[in-house]
This record gives sequence, structure tokens and C-alpha cells, in this order.
Amino acid sequence: MSSPRTYAYYPGCSGLGTSMEYDISTRAVCKALGMTLTDIPDWSCCGSTPAHTVDHSFSTALSARNLKIAAKAGLSTVTTPCPSCLTNLKTAGKNVKDAEFKKKVEILLDGQLPELPEVMSVLQALYEDIGADVVAEHVKKPLTGLKVACYYGCIMNRPPEVMEFDDPEHPIAMDKLMEAAGATVIPFPLKVECCGASLGVARKDVVAKLTGKLIDTAAGLGVDALVTACPLCQMNLDLRQDQANAALGTRHRIPVFYYTQLLGLAFDLPEEALGLDKLCVDPHHALETAKERAQNTKVREETA
Amino acid sequence: MDVVFLDKTRDDAFVAEVERESGQNVALCYQCGNCTAGCPYTFAYDIPVSQIMRLLQAGQKDRLLKCKSIWLCATCESCTTRCPNNIDVAKIMDVLRHQARRHGLAGERNVKVFWDAFLDSVKAHGRVFELGALATYVTRTGRFWTDMDLGPKIFPKGKIGFKPHDIKGKDEVKKIFDRFMEESSK
Repeated sequence: MSSPRTYAYYPGCSGLGTSMEYDISTRAVCKALGMTLTDIPDWSCCGSTPAHTVDHSFSTALSARNLKIAAKAGLSTVTTPCPSCLTNLKTAGKNVKDAEFKKKVEILLDGQLPELPEVMSVLQALYEDIGADVVAEHVKKPLTGLKVACYYGCIMNRPPEVMEFDDPEHPIAMDKLMEAAGATVIPFPLKVECCGASLGVARKDVVAKLTGKLIDTAAGLGVDALVTACPLCQMNLDLRQDQANAALGTRHRIPVFYYTQLLGLAFDLPEEALGLDKLCVDPHHALETAKERAQNTKVREETA
Repeated sequence: MDVVFLDKTRDDAFVAEVERESGQNVALCYQCGNCTAGCPYTFAYDIPVSQIMRLLQAGQKDRLLKCKSIWLCATCESCTTRCPNNIDVAKIMDVLRHQARRHGLAGERNVKVFWDAFLDSVKAHGRVFELGALATYVTRTGRFWTDMDLGPKIFPKGKIGFKPHDIKGKDEVKKIFDRFMEESSK
């Protein structure tokens, strides 16, 4: 496949709210890399987890409405930053390949479905269509000295037959992009472990335990920050970090960046364009620590 | 371990129904336990996922549709990804939830209430209105202290909208909900 540089963009509902910094930093980074993102006109919610717990033709119809609009607008590739939207949109595309299932969905949509566009995450587009080497060429202020753990969350790459991207147990796309940005990537054994997803509201105890394990492990590895590609993971790790601390009896303060925010910093885009002020755990201490570490290493190398 | 009396409680029609709706052959599960070993929720489940598969083979409808586990499964796809016999276990968990809903059951009521509040918000606006969905959840459960500690952290960030983002095609979205209700009552 040739490299498509124009994408139908599906921001996802949280992009207008709790993950607005992911949305704005994604747009800023894609723009800097010469990618054109065209928002799917009047897009609607994909139904997220709640819809597929009700019925599969129902959740497929909610997603397919958006794919149909993108197809009508002549856009052949849909991209989204959110793994939950991604899995719904991709699963919908797979589901309607079954003629009988497709009929059920068409009844719910009250209209025929055209051939639906391909769907990929923004992470996949950056890694496969643009490439880590091209990303590295855009780096003006490398993140030298910043030690990060890349956390992919559970569904960016799973199940592999549906997601068709990277490795379901040991994904590396984000690691490679962070290395391209100059950061030091610390191997993180829990990169695809679930954070507790949307159980935060109804079962805070479950999320506190699972995110606590992630944060505690990352802290044990001596990282300055965690890097995520999922709005729900970011919210659980960042906004709910004190709930996890309370459950575990720890006092971690680890900033949780979206990978697009760190790419944007490396591209020397302004902080406001990346929404750094929207993070709950202030990331500036980590960024300063990294700068000092880089400086010290440089001095040691020069005096050696 | 509980004893299951197959002669009294086995429901073959239930097994067939789950197989048809999920497109999976449940007989393929040979209880290797890989799904349970990788499931992050085992600590919170009342029935571990491999035992859910075993009870399903034994047609234990009542046990399964009333259990908590099917509502705590977050569809992280770890079980599906790691099953050596390529059983889409997460899809089976989904289908068990569908059936539980049809029988008016919810072993973890608050989880269902939250998901329903989310969907009601989508039905009303076309997109989810985060604060509105949370308010609906709080009202329906009476859990007024839910995430009160997070307010001071998130409100000053301006990330929580106080108004829904209604889309132009919200009636179109509402009709998907209505047609689904109509179809499922047939």
C-alpha cells in the first residue's frame, strides 16, 4: 500500500473532554509531519465498551455510521488516536464482511452500507506510514536524558487478528517513536496489562489495584514518566494516581504523558499546543530532571 | 470446588445459543488455564474465566448469567489473544452479558448502571457527555460520593465540559437505538 497522507480523523468523545490534550497534541504532531487529518463530518460515538456489552450488531451500527460518512466523503483511511474507538471501528469493519450480519446492521442504520474504509490508529500511521526515521528528522529538541516506560494498554494490539498491528505481547512502535525523539526507553514488562478500563467509576478498588501495580512497577524501574496512547489508561494512571497510592500505601508522583505530547516537545512545538497544563501530575519536574541528567552526562563525557 | 449436578441443571439449548451468538465452539476448551493466568481481573472475579468456560460446557446457565465476573470483564482481550485453541473467550464473555441483560440480570449492578448511563448519554446527544453520564450514574445508584476526590484535580484543568456536544445527526443516532430495541423485541 502506498503511504496515504490524508486521513479521515475520528477524535472520539473523550478528545472533546478528558483527553483533549491527546487530541490537540495529535493534531499538532500530525501537522508537523505533513499529514492531513480531515475530521469525519458530524461523527458520533462508537459506543465504546458499553455498546458491545449490549449487542454486537448494535455496537457495529454505531461505529459503521461513522465509517459510512467517511466513505461517502471519499476518504479511504480512517485514523483515530483512541484504542477503544479503534477496536470498535475495526471490529465493525470486520463484522460487516459477513453478509448476514451486515444485513442486521443495515436494518439498524436504515440504509445500505458502502465499502467501508480501512481503520488504523494514529500510532500505526506514524509508525508505518511516516516511520520512526522521518519522525527523527523532525526532532529539534531531543528528549535526551528522559527515562520513560511505554504503556500501550490492552487493546491497541489485541486481538492480533483484528488489530493487525505490531505485536500483541511486546509491541514496540511507541518505544521506537520515543527513541526517535531522543528519550531513553526503559523496558516495561507490563506494557499490555489492562489498567482497569472503565471500571474506575463503579469499582474504584479494581482500578486502584491494577493501576497501582503499573505505577509501582514503573517507579521501581526508575523512570521519570510513563507514556500512553490511550485516554482511559492515561486517566486511570494520572487522574486516579492518588487513589492507587492510597490503595497501595505508596506516594508516587509519576507524570503520565501521551506519546504525542512528548513527540511534540521533541519537535519543539509550544507547550500550549500540546496541552501539558492539562496533565494532573505536573510533568515539569520530570522534564527538568531529564535536562539535568543530560547536562551532567555531557559534562562527564567532556571531562573524561 | 462446587459440585455441579449435570442431570439436574444442564441446559443444552443455552450452550447452543451461546455458540451461535458468539460463533465459537465451546467444546474446544481443554481447561489449560491460560485465560485465567493472564486475566488481570481474576482477583476480583467470583468465577475465574477458565471455570466460566467449563461451566458453559456443562450448560450451567443460571450460575453463569448471575455471576459477577461477566460484568467485571473489561474486554482486555488477553484471554482471546492467548487461547491455544483460538477460542474468542472475550466474545463469549460479551455474549454472556448480552444474555444476562435479556434476563434482567446484572451480578455487578453498578457496572451495568454506569454502562447504561453512558449509552443513554450517546442516545441523547450523539456523543457521550462525560459529566452528564457520571451524574446519571450517581443519581441512579445513590453513590453521591463517587469520584468526589477527583473534582478538585480535574475541574481546574478545564477538561470536563459542562455542556454536551450535541451533533446534527443526533436523531439519526437515536434511531439506531430505537430500531435496535424494536428488532430485539421481535
